[in-house]
Amino acid sequence: MIYNILIGGAAGLGMETMAFILEKILKRKGFEIFVTQDYMSRVRGGHNFFQIRFADEAIDSHGDELDGIIALDKETIQTHLNRLKADGFIIADEEIDFRDARLYSLTLKSTAKTIGNSKVFGNVALGAVLKLFNLDFTGIEDVINEKFQGEAAPQNIKAFNEGYKLVPEKYAIQAKRKDDQILINGSEAIALGALAAGLKFYSGYPMTPATGIMNYLAAKMNEAEIIVEQAEDEIAAINMAIGASYAGVRAMTGTSGGGFALMVEAIGLSAMQEVPLVIVEMQRPGPATGFPTRTEQGDLKFVIFSSPAEIPKMVIALRDPEDAFYQTHRAFNLADKYQIPVILMGDQFLADNTRTVSPFDFSKIKNNRHLSQQIYSETKEYRRYEITDSGVSPRIIPGKMPGTRVLTESHEHDEYGHITESGTIRNKMHDKRLRKMIYLKAELQEPIFVGEENADTLFLTWGSLSNPVKEAVKLLNSRGKDRYGALLFGDIWPLPDKLLTEKGKGVKRLINVEQNATGLFASLIRDCTGIQCDSSILKYDGRPLSSQEIVSRMKGGE
Amino acid sequence: MSQSVFPNLETAWCPGCGNHNILSALKEALIVLDKKPYEVLVVSGIGQAGKLPQYITTNGFCGLHGRALPPAVAAKIANKNLTVIVNSGDGDSYGEGGNHLIHTIRRNVDITHFVHDNQIYGLTKGQASPTSDIGHVTDVQPNGSNNMPLNPMLLAIVLGCGFVARAFSGNQEHLKAVMVEGIRHKGYALIDILQPCVSFNKVNTYQWYNDRVYKLGDDYEPENKLKAIEKAMEWGEKIPIGILYREEKPDFHAKIDFLMNGSPLVDKVIDMEKIKEFMKDFR
Repeated sequence: MIYNILIGGAAGLGMETMAFILEKILKRKGFEIFVTQDYMSRVRGGHNFFQIRFADEAIDSHGDELDGIIALDKETIQTHLNRLKADGFIIADEEIDFRDARLYSLTLKSTAKTIGNSKVFGNVALGAVLKLFNLDFTGIEDVINEKFQGEAAPQNIKAFNEGYKLVPEKYAIQAKRKDDQILINGSEAIALGALAAGLKFYSGYPMTPATGIMNYLAAKMNEAEIIVEQAEDEIAAINMAIGASYAGVRAMTGTSGGGFALMVEAIGLSAMQEVPLVIVEMQRPGPATGFPTRTEQGDLKFVIFSSPAEIPKMVIALRDPEDAFYQTHRAFNLADKYQIPVILMGDQFLADNTRTVSPFDFSKIKNNRHLSQQIYSETKEYRRYEITDSGVSPRIIPGKMPGTRVLTESHEHDEYGHITESGTIRNKMHDKRLRKMIYLKAELQEPIFVGEENADTLFLTWGSLSNPVKEAVKLLNSRGKDRYGALLFGDIWPLPDKLLTEKGKGVKRLINVEQNATGLFASLIRDCTGIQCDSSILKYDGRPLSSQEIVSRMKGGE
Repeated sequence: MSQSVFPNLETAWCPGCGNHNILSALKEALIVLDKKPYEVLVVSGIGQAGKLPQYITTNGFCGLHGRALPPAVAAKIANKNLTVIVNSGDGDSYGEGGNHLIHTIRRNVDITHFVHDNQIYGLTKGQASPTSDIGHVTDVQPNGSNNMPLNPMLLAIVLGCGFVARAFSGNQEHLKAVMVEGIRHKGYALIDILQPCVSFNKVNTYQWYNDRVYKLGDDYEPENKLKAIEKAMEWGEKIPIGILYREEKPDFHAKIDFLMNGSPLVDKVIDMEKIKEFMKDFR
C-alpha cells in the first residue's frame, strides 16, 4: 500500500503544524513517510502545500498522483484536482463552495469554535483523515502533548475526536513494522551529522534553503555548547569559520548559491592557508534571487570550480537525509585529513524533504582530527607548511606549545609561512597543495549502482535525485520490457570514474537525469572521462522531479 | 629587552615608514603585559600593515583584504586564552572591511584592533583611502578626493564601542601606553594609529602630524560620551591623541555561560552521548 496526501492553503493558515502532526502520527504507527514541501517566498497568503506520502514499505520519491487533498482554501482544490485519483477524497470546511463527488464538506471551523479554540480546526480535519484510513487513536495524545502546551493540548485532542466522528471509514490499512525509525529532513540531518563530527562553531547568514541547518544548530547551542553566530554577511561567515578552524575547533558555514558567490574568495583562502573547512551549499534556482524557496541543481560547475586559480577541494552531493548525516560527518574528517575545503551540496528538495530513516548509528562513525602528535618547541622547530610526500603538513593548535609559532598566510609562502617571491618555492608549494588530490582520489566513494546488471539503459544522476531515479528504475524494470540501471553519484569532485567506465561499457543508452537546464553533470562527465550521454531528462521549473515523472518522460522517448 | 623575547626580523617596509614604530611599540606593549609570543595571535588583512604578522614571532593569520576582523573574532571565540590583535590598514579596516568593523563593534569580542591609518593606499601605490582629506590629489583622484573622509573615532563611539583611541606612530611611548590599555580592555578595542606614508602621501607627513597632534590632558575624562563625541570631531588644525572613549560593558564571552566558564571552546570535550540523545527530537 502507498498513499499520497496533500495539505494545502495560503501561508499562515497552520499547514506546517498540521503536516508535522500527521507525519508524526503516521510515523509512530510504523509507516514509512516521505514528505515534500512547496512554499512561496512570502509569510502570508499565496499557495503553499505539503505532500505526505506514506506506505508500509520503503519510499524513495514523492508522488504526483494524490489519494487525498486537505484543502484550507478553494485554490488548493482547484490547483490540485487534476492530480486526484478517481477514488480519492477531499476534506474541506463547509464554507468552501465547491462541487465534487469526492469532497467531504465538513464542519471544521464551527466544530473548532464549539471546542472553544478556532485554531484547532486543522486537527478536526486530521481526525477525519484518521477515520478515513481507519486508524485508531493510540499514540495521538502523545504527539499532541509534545506539540501543544496548556489548555491547547486537550482542545486539540478533542478536535481529533470530533473530526473522527464526521466521516465514515474508507480504507483498511496496517503498518508492517514497529515504530523503530526516526523522521528527519535534510537540514536537520546535516546539522546532526555536523554535531556528531564534533562541530563547535557555525557561522552563517540566513538564506533559504540553507537556514534550516542554522536553525537546528542554534536550538542546540547551549545544550551542545557550540557557538552559532549569525554573521553580517556570507563573507564574514566563511572568514569566521576559517578563523575558528585555524584556532583548532571544527567549523562549518552554510548558504545557497548567491551567498556562496560571496564566499568564493575565502574558499581559495582555506585552500591556500590549508585550514580545514566544511561548507554547505544548498542550491535553489538562480541566478541572482531566482526562485528563493524552490529546488534546482544549477550550481554544480560553479561550486566545483569555485575559487580563483587551481586548488585542492572536495565536493560531495548529498542524496537524502540519511546520506546527509553520514557524509556531513565524513566531510569533517576529510577536511581535517587533507586540510582542504570540503563542500557539501544539497538543494531545497533535500533540505525540506522529511522522511523515515533508521536511527543514525553512532558506532559506525569516528572523529579523527589528524593533528600532529609531535611536541614542538624552540629546539624542535615547527614549520606550518613543511613539505611532505603526501602534501599534508603537520598541524598543531596555536597557543598550546611554548616556542612554536603557527603562521598562516594567504600570500604564497615558504615552509614557515613566510611570504616568498621565489619561483622555485612557488612551484614546490603549489605542487604540495595539489598533491593532496592524488591521495584524496584514492579514497573516493564510487557511485551507488541500482537496477539490473547488464542494463540496456543506464541513468546517471547525482545528489538529491538519487532516490527518485532509484524508484523510477524499479518502476521501469517492473514493466519487464527493457533492463534499466542507474549510477547514483555522491562524491562528484574529484569525479570517481571507475564504476562509470565499467558500467558505461556495453549499455545501449546513457541518460543523465538532472534538475537543471543544460545537463551540467553530463558535461562534467564528458570533461573528465570523454563519456558522452545519449540523452537527458532535465527539469528546471523549480519543482522536484518525481519517479513517476521520470517514468512518463521515458514513455515520451527521451 | 624586546630583543630577546621578540627578535627583530627583516621587513619589506620603506625606511622611515610609520609601521616600524608601530611594530616596536607592539612588541614593547606585549612585554609590559608579560605575553609570550605563542600566547598571542596577530591577525591581518592585506596591505603594508597587513604584513606585520610576518615580522613578529607570535602566531600569525594573514588573511584576505578587508577580512581580518571575522577570523580574529572567531579565533578568540574558539580559544579565549589567545591574546588576539588585529593589525591592518585604513583601506582594509575602513574600506573593504567596513561592514565587519560595524558588526565587530556590535559583537564586542575581546580583541584589539590597531588600524595603521596613513590616509592613503600604500601597497597599491597611492590612491585615496576612506580617511583621505577632501581635495587630496592622487593619480586616481586627479581633481582631489571628493568623498567625505570617514571619521572612525566618531563612528566607533556612536556605535557603542567600549574602547576608542587614537595614537601617532611618531610618539612611540604614548602609542605603547595606549596599546597596553587597549589590549587590557575587556571587549573590542579600536585604536586608530596616525602614520605617515613616506612614499605615497606627500600631504600628511611627519611634519603635518607633528604640527597638529596633541595629547589629551590628565583632566580629560574618557567616560563622558558627549565630550568624547566632541573630541572625536576635532580634526584639522588640532588632532587629539589618547583614549577618547572608554566604557566597561560585558563582552561576547560574558554573555554565554559555557564560553565564560571552564576551559576554552577548543579544549572542551564533546559529550557524544548527549549528541546521540538529540535523535529523540525525531521520534
